[in-house]
Amino acid sequence: MDLFEYQGRDLFERHGLPVLGGGVAETPQEARAIAERLGGKVVVKAQVKVGGRGKAGGVKLADGADEAEARATDILGMDIKGHTVHKVMLAETADIKDEYYFSYLLDRANRTFLCIASVAGGMEIETVAEEQPDKVAKIAIDAVEGVTGAKAREIVAAAQFPAEVAEQITDIAVKLWQAFVAEDATLVEVNPLAKVGDGRVLLLDAKITLDENAAFRHPDHEALVDQSAVDPLEQAAKAKNLNYVKLDGEVGIIGNGAGLVMSTLDVVAYAGEGHGGVKPANFLDIGGGASAQVMANGLEVVLSDPAVKSVFVNVFGGITACDEVANGIIQALALLGERGEAVTKPLVVRLDGNNAEAGRAILDEAKNPLVERVDTMDGAAERAAELAAAGK
Amino acid sequence: MAIWLTKDSKVIVQGMTGSEGSKHTRRMLAAGTNVVGGVNPRKAGTSVDFDGTSLPVFASVGEAMKETGADVSVIFVPPAFTKAAVLEAVDAEIPLAVVITEGVPVQDSAAFWAHNIAQGQKTRIIGPNCPGIASPGASNAGIIPADITPAGRIGLVSKSGTLTYQLMYELRDFGFSTCVGIGGDPIIGTTHIDALKAFQEDPETDAIVMIGEIGGDAEERAAEFIKANVTKPVVGYIAGFTAPPGKTMGHAGAIISGSAGTADAKKEALEAAGVKVGKTPSETARLMREVMS
Repeated sequence: MDLFEYQGRDLFERHGLPVLGGGVAETPQEARAIAERLGGKVVVKAQVKVGGRGKAGGVKLADGADEAEARATDILGMDIKGHTVHKVMLAETADIKDEYYFSYLLDRANRTFLCIASVAGGMEIETVAEEQPDKVAKIAIDAVEGVTGAKAREIVAAAQFPAEVAEQITDIAVKLWQAFVAEDATLVEVNPLAKVGDGRVLLLDAKITLDENAAFRHPDHEALVDQSAVDPLEQAAKAKNLNYVKLDGEVGIIGNGAGLVMSTLDVVAYAGEGHGGVKPANFLDIGGGASAQVMANGLEVVLSDPAVKSVFVNVFGGITACDEVANGIIQALALLGERGEAVTKPLVVRLDGNNAEAGRAILDEAKNPLVERVDTMDGAAERAAELAAAGK
Repeated sequence: MAIWLTKDSKVIVQGMTGSEGSKHTRRMLAAGTNVVGGVNPRKAGTSVDFDGTSLPVFASVGEAMKETGADVSVIFVPPAFTKAAVLEAVDAEIPLAVVITEGVPVQDSAAFWAHNIAQGQKTRIIGPNCPGIASPGASNAGIIPADITPAGRIGLVSKSGTLTYQLMYELRDFGFSTCVGIGGDPIIGTTHIDALKAFQEDPETDAIVMIGEIGGDAEERAAEFIKANVTKPVVGYIAGFTAPPGKTMGHAGAIISGSAGTADAKKEALEAAGVKVGKTPSETARLMREVMS
């Protein structure tokens, strides 16, 4: 889960890291109140989870509460690269002397964590890495030992931070690592980490990703979820414990196992090329035990997407036997009928693996006119795409 | 002979008394796996009956190894306890630990991996979030269905469970030496490269299927390894060609950030290393058929 800048600022503050005073507003009136509390000049920043907001006009200076309210009025509701601005952060302004870069992140290749630090901050670190590679220090962090004072000094030396900020950055490096671990983050990026006029070093931006697998030990992280950005279908699916991702297409997809479903999306997209460019409408992994209840919930979510014109149910019976899956599909259709949400879109079902023959026989015997059985993945994808194109 | 798991492997189950653990212990036994016991400190000294086979419960992995000579542990404990379970297996220096559990925080995986390195890597860790390892006809450690394919001479390594099953099924007339599901998490113990190396050295494996998916650069690194070290034919498949960037598709590791990690980049890297890459699972199976006939 990616956090907004204001959530990152709050998180830093909670962990004792030096940040500027600030607050978040959803209306110009709230922005005004925060500007009054902060006093003097403030910066009004659009809260969107996408880069380039400054260039898009999403960051403005304001001198006093009147101007802050006016700038918030301008920025709220703006569209930045497809993201609507629902919130603005107001923060004190700083007299920036130097901008640095600092991050901790996951290093998949080395199966550990990495610190990236640079004296060249305030711009994209990828650009710095390309143009001035000698200014980008990468230091591996041992997941068990973490960032001790000694490790922090190693980082400061490797990145060649100036002597006058070395002590402050050493302290920040240790505290930031503690926050990274305590919050189960997979990324914390501070750009810029800035030296300001009075000599202090402050964290002036925050890009944080939290590990959703660790949610069980962070009940407070639930409150950080941006409800406005969560697709209503994805929300409904989550409430039913389904692993669903909304996509822009016409063929609803239900399968078991993340890899198989991802592969199904590909096969359907290829088939769609021959049928007016129809595409998969979603990713939905119903997992190993595809019971009738889970199948019904899955079908309900997939079919509540009005863009869906056909559904491809692609199941490989591994642990779950295909006859159980077939029964699940038939019962799910009945269940949806009882709920008053009778299915009207065609279903293409492919069953393979454990007890496939029995499963196919069950589908044949049910004689449901909406259910069509195709026994290969490629063939079924082709048929589902064809039906979706016809239904458009 | 298969890799890492043979008919002589003695398997214990951490979390054997839980619902998933007991369900799959029963299945592993039915597949002919030599399961010799389970671990649960709260139920140590008791035993559990699996359709006539009585398995003892031990207090620790160390005790289970001492009493039974176990050399493989399959871990089914919930995510909150997985780190402790793997640390225990590593401290006991069990040669193979297969971590089935899904939803393990990545900092926990990083921690047990770092601990394993610090201890001199005496334990091979497979997973987490994986279906396990199966050497058809010999032994089965995890949740891979045992009856999809008989033994044969194809080796398979995959990030995904059901795609593994799909390929095993499509190529069941040839059979497999060993199938390894390495898991789809950002940090995993055993990699594609580890499996490729073992299959290359295994006299009973003639060709290798490698299944990857979007995210990270493991497949690109595997391609480099193949180019330099693998002389056996390799056929590849990558899931996620049409996945939109920035969305996590079920596997936490399957997220494309920017340009790196796309299916196209992986396919190109593999093809440059002489690997034939199928566009779909069925085409991948066809490519392997050509290799094997």
